[in-house]
Amino acid sequence: MSDNPVVVGTGLTKIGRRWEDSLSDLFAEASRQAIEEAGIQPQAVFVGNMVAGELDGQEHLGLALEDRAGVFPLVPAFKVESACSSGGSALLAGYMAVKSGVYDSALVVGVEKLSEEPSDNITTALAEAADADFEAYYGASFTSLNALLMRSYMKEYNVPRNWFSEIAVMMHKNAVDNPYAQLRKAITVDDVNRSRVIADPIRLLDCSPTGDGAAAILLTKPELAKGDVQVELAGMGVGVDTIGVNGRVSLSDVPATARAARAAFSAAKVEVKDLDVLEVHDAFTIMAALALEDIGVVGKGEGAKFFHEGSAERDGKLPVNPEGGLKARGHPVGATGVYGAVEVVRQLQGKAGKMQVPNAEIGAFHNLGGSGSHAVIGVFKRKR
Amino acid sequence: MTVPRYWRNIGAHYRLEGIRCKSCGEVSFPPRSSCPKCHSKDVEVVQLPRKGKVVSFSLLRSPPKGFEAYVPYYVVVVELENGVRVLGTLTDVFGEVKEGMEVEAVFRKISEDGEEGLIYYGTKFRPIT
Amino acid sequence: MKPKNPVSIYGWGSYVPPYRLTVAEISRVWGRDPVQYEEELNVKEKAVAGPDEDSATMAVEAGRNALSRAGVDPKEIGALYVGTESPPYAVKPTATTVAEALGVGPFSLAADLEFACKAGTEGLQAAIALVSSGMVKYGMAIGSDTAQGGPGDHLEYTAASGATAIIVGPSSKEAAATLEGSVSFVSDTPDFWRRYAARYPSHGEGFTGEPAYFKHVEGATRALMEELGLKPSDFDYVVFHQPNGRYPLTAAKALGISPSALKVGLLSPMIGNTYAAASITGFSAILDVAKPGQRVLVTSFGSGAGSDSFSFVIEEGIEGRRDKAKKVMDYVSKRVEIDYALYLKFRGGIRLGGGAK
Repeated sequence: MSDNPVVVGTGLTKIGRRWEDSLSDLFAEASRQAIEEAGIQPQAVFVGNMVAGELDGQEHLGLALEDRAGVFPLVPAFKVESACSSGGSALLAGYMAVKSGVYDSALVVGVEKLSEEPSDNITTALAEAADADFEAYYGASFTSLNALLMRSYMKEYNVPRNWFSEIAVMMHKNAVDNPYAQLRKAITVDDVNRSRVIADPIRLLDCSPTGDGAAAILLTKPELAKGDVQVELAGMGVGVDTIGVNGRVSLSDVPATARAARAAFSAAKVEVKDLDVLEVHDAFTIMAALALEDIGVVGKGEGAKFFHEGSAERDGKLPVNPEGGLKARGHPVGATGVYGAVEVVRQLQGKAGKMQVPNAEIGAFHNLGGSGSHAVIGVFKRKR
Repeated sequence: MTVPRYWRNIGAHYRLEGIRCKSCGEVSFPPRSSCPKCHSKDVEVVQLPRKGKVVSFSLLRSPPKGFEAYVPYYVVVVELENGVRVLGTLTDVFGEVKEGMEVEAVFRKISEDGEEGLIYYGTKFRPIT
Repeated sequence: MKPKNPVSIYGWGSYVPPYRLTVAEISRVWGRDPVQYEEELNVKEKAVAGPDEDSATMAVEAGRNALSRAGVDPKEIGALYVGTESPPYAVKPTATTVAEALGVGPFSLAADLEFACKAGTEGLQAAIALVSSGMVKYGMAIGSDTAQGGPGDHLEYTAASGATAIIVGPSSKEAAATLEGSVSFVSDTPDFWRRYAARYPSHGEGFTGEPAYFKHVEGATRALMEELGLKPSDFDYVVFHQPNGRYPLTAAKALGISPSALKVGLLSPMIGNTYAAASITGFSAILDVAKPGQRVLVTSFGSGAGSDSFSFVIEEGIEGRRDKAKKVMDYVSKRVEIDYALYLKFRGGIRLGGGAK
């Protein structure tokens, strides 16, 4: 019998400007859903978060949130941080905790609030994902570092600007059906092309929005899971690269993602072609294109084309981000990885409503931290 | 930023110092106490070349705090004459920026901590015309 | 004064920022007839430092150019003086920042000097004496300023930015130029000053002329020529401090010096008054073209007030050094015109707050 942890509960909060809700309120909302669904209390909690220390002055976050939330008895609590892949890393921590047998159950909550500060404070805080002394010090924003990759990629593969705009359009279209999404309005290619330049060639509508949200997954050892249809976390992988873009071999791909994919697929004993649904980390439209290439869905330079041809649609060759992705569902940074994981789980459980990919049995989520330095991929399988 | 953190990096910021590994020969930036390639501790500080070429660039219009006065500015990856790459910004740009354009390192103000705090200096890159 | 052991210049280098604000544009904003300043002052435009520049950054580029020409290891520089009236800090020496950037030190003298527009040459006198005494092998003197005048004030039309560095060492034919002698001449003449609380300097208008500039420039120059037994026609090039494009010509006339001798070194009409860098940037332009055997007269002037006057003879070694760095005219001819609004933004004339900080 497999020792892969099983998902017994999930929780999502709507992403947006949650003025009335603190970090612990969001934590409570997501974790209560997961625990009530499971009927099981966690033995440990792993919190994915990036900037609560910087923006809210709260470190010791795992303990602080579970205590202020009061949803379950206090248990060992850990904040897990790897920039924008904090959520995926927190899930990895929960996976290791349960798979190793150290804990019978682990609650993983990704939670972040980004909407309460002026935008330049947010820009500064998010730039902490880059090298503080040799990138942020010189005034490079996180967006500008990704823009370097987009320019390099467009030049190397001769990809038209419109193909990236189309990715944003598809994400918005998908999010119209997603009650948890931050942005639920359809946009056009023209809207994207005319939106203001943040760091050329990245425009406002190439970027995921900043918002507040929390997502939760409760994992247990298989013996504790009940019911016929179960979803197991079949394997996870992490890949890394240099923190600074100056140390990368190429500015047109993300080997960290490729390394994570190899490790995750090997652990889960699957191949790319086995995937029925894929959640990629489209913090910027360029990252969506790169993700497909580095995960191995398509070859180098073919990522944007996959979207352009419609292959990523819900009825396409491989549905990508049917819930709207980071671009439209939202990207509360430290929570994002857990959102992606929950979305895959709900697809495999048949609970995705209008966003459902029919007969989805194997799915993966991809979560990327920094400008390409820390990728986490998780593969879920439906067990019978 | 703490004063010591700025002060520790003066060699790298003011003089574009990197390291050369005496074990495997790799020259790299920023300076580390171990070689990022072979991880030997046997490294020495070296002055990197002050000229290079632009590898990629982005014109930034939405700045982090402290950089408003410079907007818009180019964020660039520069490949120095010895192949080592650094991330930086351009200054004194009066024409088109293109991949492959030649630039030289210059000493400039990077930002400052308000009217009473430290002034942070470092290296920017200027197009060679 | 003649140094006991003779001293030569080994390296020289300058920096002038590319931005230019014209007298016509300043006149437009303040409703003046541009003729008033263009012709009365013989200045067309001034060099303005960009937002990421200050006296330290300009001093570094000038210093790097000087080191390229001198061909010496910065660790052999035993003294580094930065003469400026616009240091980035009121307390914290610009000289140590410049030293670190150039690779000078740690075993070196370093300090900032203030004597208005003659702080650069004041540093040069000190470096010469230290070299001559044998206490240091090489000395570097830099004049660097991002000068500013009050908005709409007379001085705003000419207050400009620039830097020049000079490296001196034990005399040699392989150097660029050798010092024959110098004179320093000072008095408490309050022609131009700034109190701590004041953002911009005050000045005595007409008083800055006769009792200040002319008395000290002419006084020091006459004393130098007398001490060295030289007459005006012995000098191939002459450069005076140049608060505008007129004063130097007037002083030359009073001293019997032909205006043609001033031509190469008179930069104010094109870049304004670079304060502590002014006379020595003119000198730097002369060194960019002067031939071995020629003689150069340099007289600075700093308000408050005083002048340093020097006579240099060009050495053979200048030919091999000249092309090792950018020349003054390379910087002067790189010209980007800005308007008054950008000038205010660049030079802190707009008080930031709220959104932009």
